[in-house]
Amino acid sequence: MDTQVEPQRQLVRLRGRSYVAFVFSPSMPIAGWLEEIDATLARSPGFFIGRPIVLDLSSVDLSPHGVAHLVSSLETRSIRVLGIEGMDANLLDTRLPPVLTGGRHCAVEQIEPKTVEVKPPPPAASLLLESPVRSGQRIVFVEGDVTVLGSVGSGAEIVAGGSIHVYGTLRGRAMAGINGNSAARIYCQKIEAELLAIDGYYQTAEDIGETLRRRPAQAWLDGDVMRITPLS
Amino acid sequence: MAKVLVVTSGKGGVGKTTSTAALGAALAQQGEKVVVVDFDVGLRNLDLIMGAERRVVFDLINVVQGVAKLSQALIRDKRLENLWLLPASQTRDKDALTDEGVRLVIEDLRTKFDWVLCDSPAGIERGATLAMRYADEAVIVANPEVSSVRDADRIIGMLDSKTAKAEKGEQVKKHVLITRYDTGRATRGEMLNIDDILEILATPLLGIIPESQDVLRASNVGSPVTLNNAASTPARAYADAARRLNGESVAMIVPAERKSFMGRLLGRRAA
Repeated sequence: MDTQVEPQRQLVRLRGRSYVAFVFSPSMPIAGWLEEIDATLARSPGFFIGRPIVLDLSSVDLSPHGVAHLVSSLETRSIRVLGIEGMDANLLDTRLPPVLTGGRHCAVEQIEPKTVEVKPPPPAASLLLESPVRSGQRIVFVEGDVTVLGSVGSGAEIVAGGSIHVYGTLRGRAMAGINGNSAARIYCQKIEAELLAIDGYYQTAEDIGETLRRRPAQAWLDGDVMRITPLS
Repeated sequence: MAKVLVVTSGKGGVGKTTSTAALGAALAQQGEKVVVVDFDVGLRNLDLIMGAERRVVFDLINVVQGVAKLSQALIRDKRLENLWLLPASQTRDKDALTDEGVRLVIEDLRTKFDWVLCDSPAGIERGATLAMRYADEAVIVANPEVSSVRDADRIIGMLDSKTAKAEKGEQVKKHVLITRYDTGRATRGEMLNIDDILEILATPLLGIIPESQDVLRASNVGSPVTLNNAASTPARAYADAARRLNGESVAMIVPAERKSFMGRLLGRRAA
């Protein structure tokens, strides 16, 4: 018995598909044109990576050797040429990309990541601290006022864009109105501050009058002069 | 449930080690099973104050690094059988401590003792932060002078932010222990008085230990002051503080200036 199984023939299906490719149209001199490409790459490195590129050589007169040189120069820049237009296919080496015909113009869409507008959360007008601010701690709140329900220790620092309120003893440093807000003030129940500053104007402990010390006080700007006055 | 207590201060030389030994011994005298742990790696002292320096074989670093078992490193006190010491290494430095290693040792100690007292090194660096890392309670030792109080304030800020409890949103229970207090000098205004200190630190008071020669005498003979001379004023103040740690309410005694009859006479004559 001699049976032979005919291998089933696989049908080769051919389908057409069209792609959008970038078309490079080099101009003479080629070296100058390559410099232009280099400049584009310097601005956005990797821009051409993975994108189909077609070389349109109809406006230049290149020898087959020149074409091969151009293609390899582009390859060293990580630009791979998919096909060549405007050349006689018979003239070109078979190792070069194939010659294409019948290309049509189309608009190239710039693919750019959409910038998502991030809306900042509405600025909080004040920061409330319910525990004492200890020595070595630094509280920075440029958006507005800082209120401390407790004391501010010696060696602690409060920095606020607005005013500073301390319902306790202020022993550390307080800097109010740091964003140029000259209307900001500093209030405290008991003043023993190391330094007070409003909008860049400051006074150190030495400048604060002995009569004011250990009393409720406020500091404010009167033009270019910082005033420290007792509260009631 | 075991309690882990760190004795800390920020500033050096205020009496952390003396207080750790004295509180540990007082708690043990009151029937608690206590271990005192020296975290001052490289500058260990607690073994000397406890009088155990000649019995140290393994230390905290050996246990943290898994070289020795905890039971091998623990030293039992010769005077009190429920008081133990875990010494620090003198030949290493604080970088030998790791967060994970300390956590495991503390967890192990919790299962064996009622109280784990950690003697923190001075400063705010690795050694001090790791000593307070897994504490439930803290004793902040301060002397009645401004630099010590400011450093104590800084340490309180760290206890509220850098400890495992703080990171879980809980609070380390804090107590202030004022040491080397001299009533005479405080009333003369040469020292901060108690109210000033408590106003600055805004933390409950655990006790006031008077300045006394008894403290120095006790550490010279390698004994916690509460064991060396239990009747002395500092020993009684530490014993009261230990009772307060255990939840008892004991009236706070501000140490009075003791002047002999002759001294008063002479003082009057000189005035």
